[in-house]
Amino acid sequence: MGKTGVKNEKGSGFLGKIVRQQLFIPIAALLILAIFNLIADPSFFKITMGQSSSGDPVLSGYLITILDYGSELAILAIGMTLVTAASGGQDISVGAAIAIAGSVILRVLCGTNSRPEELRTSVFVAFLVACVVAMLFGAFNGILVAYFKIQPMVATLILYTAGRSIAAWINNNELPIISEPSFAYYGGFIPGIPIPTPFFIAMICVIITALVLKFTNLGLYTQAVGINEDSSRLNGLNPLFIKFLSFVILGLCVAVVGLIKVSRFQTINYSVVAKDIEMDAILAVALGGNALSGGKFNMAASILGAYVIQFLTTTLYKFNVQSDALPAYKAVVVILLVVLSAPSVRAKLSKIGKNRRVKEVA
Amino acid sequence: MSNNIILEMKNINKSFPGVRALQGVDFKLNKGEIHALMGENGAGKSTLIKVLTGVYEKDEGHIYIDGSDKETVIHSPQDAQKAGISTVYQEITLCPNLSVAENMYIGRTEGATTNWKKMNQDADKLLKSLDIPAKATQQLGSCSIAVQQMVAIARAVDMDCKVLILDEPTSSLDEQEVEKLFGLMRDLKARGVGIIFVTHFLDQVYEVCDKITVLRDGQLVGEYTISELPRVKLVAKMLGKELDDMSDIRGEQEAYSGEDASDVVLEAEGLYSDAGIKPFDFYIKKGEVNGFTGLLGSGRSECVRAIFGADRVLGGKVKKNGKEVKISKPLDAMKNGIAYLPEDRKKDGIIGDLSVRDNIIIASQVLRGFFKPYTKAQANKFAEEYIKLLDIKTASADTPIKSLSGGNQQKVILARWLMTHPEYLILDEPTRGIDVGTKIEIQKLVLKLASEGMSVTFISSETDEMLRTCSRMVVMRDRKVVGELSGEDLTQNKIMSTIAGGEK
Amino acid sequence: MTNKSSATKKGFGSKSKNMSDTNMLLTITIVIFFVMYIGAILFLGEGFLKPQTFLSILSSNAALIITSCGMSIVMITGGIDISVGGVVALVSMCSAVYLDKQNGSVGGAILISLAIGLAFGIVQGFLVAYLDIQPFIVSLAGMFFARGMTTIVNNKPFNVENKAFVALKDARVIVPGLGSVNRLGKYIDAYVEIGVVVALLVVLALFIILRWTKLGRGFYAVGGNAQSALMLGINVKRTKFISHVLCSLLAGIGGFVYFMHVGSGSPSHAMGMEMNAIASSIIGGTMLTGGVGNIIGTLFGVLSLSTIQNIVASAGFDEAWWTGITIAVMLCLFLVIQSVVMAKKKKTVQS
Repeated sequence: MGKTGVKNEKGSGFLGKIVRQQLFIPIAALLILAIFNLIADPSFFKITMGQSSSGDPVLSGYLITILDYGSELAILAIGMTLVTAASGGQDISVGAAIAIAGSVILRVLCGTNSRPEELRTSVFVAFLVACVVAMLFGAFNGILVAYFKIQPMVATLILYTAGRSIAAWINNNELPIISEPSFAYYGGFIPGIPIPTPFFIAMICVIITALVLKFTNLGLYTQAVGINEDSSRLNGLNPLFIKFLSFVILGLCVAVVGLIKVSRFQTINYSVVAKDIEMDAILAVALGGNALSGGKFNMAASILGAYVIQFLTTTLYKFNVQSDALPAYKAVVVILLVVLSAPSVRAKLSKIGKNRRVKEVA
Repeated sequence: MSNNIILEMKNINKSFPGVRALQGVDFKLNKGEIHALMGENGAGKSTLIKVLTGVYEKDEGHIYIDGSDKETVIHSPQDAQKAGISTVYQEITLCPNLSVAENMYIGRTEGATTNWKKMNQDADKLLKSLDIPAKATQQLGSCSIAVQQMVAIARAVDMDCKVLILDEPTSSLDEQEVEKLFGLMRDLKARGVGIIFVTHFLDQVYEVCDKITVLRDGQLVGEYTISELPRVKLVAKMLGKELDDMSDIRGEQEAYSGEDASDVVLEAEGLYSDAGIKPFDFYIKKGEVNGFTGLLGSGRSECVRAIFGADRVLGGKVKKNGKEVKISKPLDAMKNGIAYLPEDRKKDGIIGDLSVRDNIIIASQVLRGFFKPYTKAQANKFAEEYIKLLDIKTASADTPIKSLSGGNQQKVILARWLMTHPEYLILDEPTRGIDVGTKIEIQKLVLKLASEGMSVTFISSETDEMLRTCSRMVVMRDRKVVGELSGEDLTQNKIMSTIAGGEK
Repeated sequence: MTNKSSATKKGFGSKSKNMSDTNMLLTITIVIFFVMYIGAILFLGEGFLKPQTFLSILSSNAALIITSCGMSIVMITGGIDISVGGVVALVSMCSAVYLDKQNGSVGGAILISLAIGLAFGIVQGFLVAYLDIQPFIVSLAGMFFARGMTTIVNNKPFNVENKAFVALKDARVIVPGLGSVNRLGKYIDAYVEIGVVVALLVVLALFIILRWTKLGRGFYAVGGNAQSALMLGINVKRTKFISHVLCSLLAGIGGFVYFMHVGSGSPSHAMGMEMNAIASSIIGGTMLTGGVGNIIGTLFGVLSLSTIQNIVASAGFDEAWWTGITIAVMLCLFLVIQSVVMAKKKKTVQS
């Protein structure tokens, strides 16, 4: 009986192999969503030439929206994947941290004048300051998690609560508005290029990540620490520092998204900006087939997962789901994903599968 | 006589995938008897106990309790408790945040509410009758480990147990605490409880036990009364002194004979760590194979862990080639050419989900530095090279290491350290839980490496393995170095008498 | 090994060592609360001396007390539930819609509140206890689900005008003997809202459950060491399940009490309440690691938290963001204290 079971497993080899590929999950989800939209309303895929607010010709359509907003998520997913892999937990403060980073950028650019005629310094300098600040907050989370050994989600709950307040406090609760058109490039369009800039920024981040993963040992170390901390230590690694580092890197990703966010709106709304984005980022990691309990990760799958999540969001929007109601639907998706990937459920499912196979043989 | 038997296990068989953990083991326990269950690691002691307590289901065999002819069925710990079998484990399985009394009564009282007054009174009475120095209202976590252990025993006693299993209860107790525990055991014995006592401390066996059952490699070696089995014989039974059926592998390899053969590679002075070992001195010469021997828990692993910086070093000096070096973490040791294959392969060795390739290159990669990763081609080349060199049986270098057999996992870890080209290689129980063929391969490899000038420390529970490989042995007892043997003295008998200590 | 002897191992002497973790943390909390309150009286003036000030703090935090109690139970059992704020918002929105748009009765609204709480508890409890999914992920999804559902039910805030309800909302429970004389020399009775009575009843009930029932002790045992609890014959899964059901049910009750206090439904109600509840529990001496905690402590945790908010406000930092920052700082402080205390304890046990 046992032997036939093995044989059958081998028999389903080709399909099984594909299903076992990590990229299979996000791609399958993407296909399901695409087919659903194709049947419900093919116009979903229409891309038209529109005009940006500055009058330049730009592409528009649902797919472009996905590319645009999905890019923010993809950048976050990079950091979130590392944090998840190293610490076995997630950072739920990214939304609040984005508010802080955005607020810092505006503060540096505007000073105390909330309606500046011209920017006080270059956007690049403001962005660098935001990077430092966001990485410091990441370091704060990292210290709590790595050195004080507080569960990641509880540790980041602190910043999750205080973050938006801190963001408001940085700008004295004023809402600076930047009218300088060039500031809108990062979250909108660069004149002459019809594709939204966030996509290019995301691609730069992806390329940098790919290079870092290729030319350093970040990936290997992070996975080793996430899988077996004791063993990693005996191989000369410093697990605490690797965990800490993952939170700092996430901080960097947060700063980039913060820039895109404030550039997109040319202002900031502390309580609304990047709201619930932590949920999407976690979902992207999970949809990429990465275990939320840490260990091995697949960065490409996470990034693809991010665009799939945005695909889902945009689809929901198209069917007139209000933005505030979106979390309810996504929560259902999360629960489905974690239930299906829970070890106890998997064990049961494989048991059922085996029984069925045995029955078939009999 | 037969009505005196309280527990009888007959022909117990249990296998796990790839291992026959118990093969036809019999065990008998009388009323009012303290019976030691002895054997080195992997002998099957814990498997036997887990079968008895319902943690594992036996494949074959029968269990009779209280001299009854009817077989007792045990499927779960609850079944075992109902049948009157209680267990006190090495690790406390009580809740440290609750009071002593609660720990004694929780989970087994009737009704939905707790009557604190009655519970505390009952508990105090029981504690007093067993002479346990604890108050019912005290938080368990604030008691000493010994008292916690006694509370666990009190719980068992109060549950009207017939058979009490003590699974290494003394490993974290000091002498006075052990004495107290023994007092309690003798008291219970007088009440007619049968006690199974598992321990690694020989002195303790001879102090309280009436009988000894020895297991080795999943088989019953025999049942003896204390008086008919002196210490040295017991050690021999445990380690298995049957004639060596393997060739003398030491003869096959020349000893290292370079000019620097007598140079001391590494030297430690008064080294000790937070793992509770006494300060010890140590040296190893180039091309030498030495060993730490002693029973489990004697501190042999803790010594090498201190050398490698795996535990927090509290004091002492380490000299490498005569120069003092500071080793405070594993990376320091690695940079000084020390490699360490840990005792617990699963917990400290393998990185389960990573591929064989990544597991092989990781140590060398860490030494090479964060910004200098091996290219995929390089990594593959190394992996293939070592897979071939050590004959590692794996589907491919991409296979996750956790799906390999124990022996092959161990070879991967060995490959990992060989790849760092260490000057000094520490192998802590490299042959534990792996098949005989691989064991011999590893021993041969050790000798070959030494003949090429590598210094090796080889630790094994199996003395004959160490006799075959080591030219010098450090003997440990109770976390102290108690002797050093080399040359003529390196015999089974001499080692055993040194381990057993004092009288023979 | 042989000569190990330390005071902690041998002696049962000093009192602090005899004290259980629960009692020690409880004492710290109560002392902190009184120190803070007395400090407020000394430095911020007479306002804090009036009993009504204190009673008002109680009234506006009745809902938080109830939800925090539920949170404490889950945390004592070793879990966490961050969906409580969402559940409170959902409950108050559903009750509001039911009362105003469906012309329902107050009794019906209470039943709806309980049912919503129960439903969340059963689903979350099942996922956590029987499918072994991290409580944080489960309740994170629960929080988003509840928040999303709140806007699906009704996306605009509105005040409830149902007469029976408004009467209930404005009902005052006079506290005898604590009234004060106002400037015109007229005696004004001190009062609390009905919610406070509910909250105190909940505290009392949970205190009894945690102290005297097997179930309550089971919560502690499971949180202290789930493996041991199993060995001691406790049904660990069921205990975890019940803890989540209780927590969400209390969030449902808390939701209705909150609704009685604010008298409206809004998607932005109870924003960050889960955080306040967790913070209150932790300040009240509940350990994140489980097994340690006390309902009375949680009550004082809520009071400490709201008192400090009042102090911050009356000290001139009245901008809204200070609230969030204050809570976060307090939480951070207590978390770090806990972490350090635990690390120290581990060390003393080891050596």
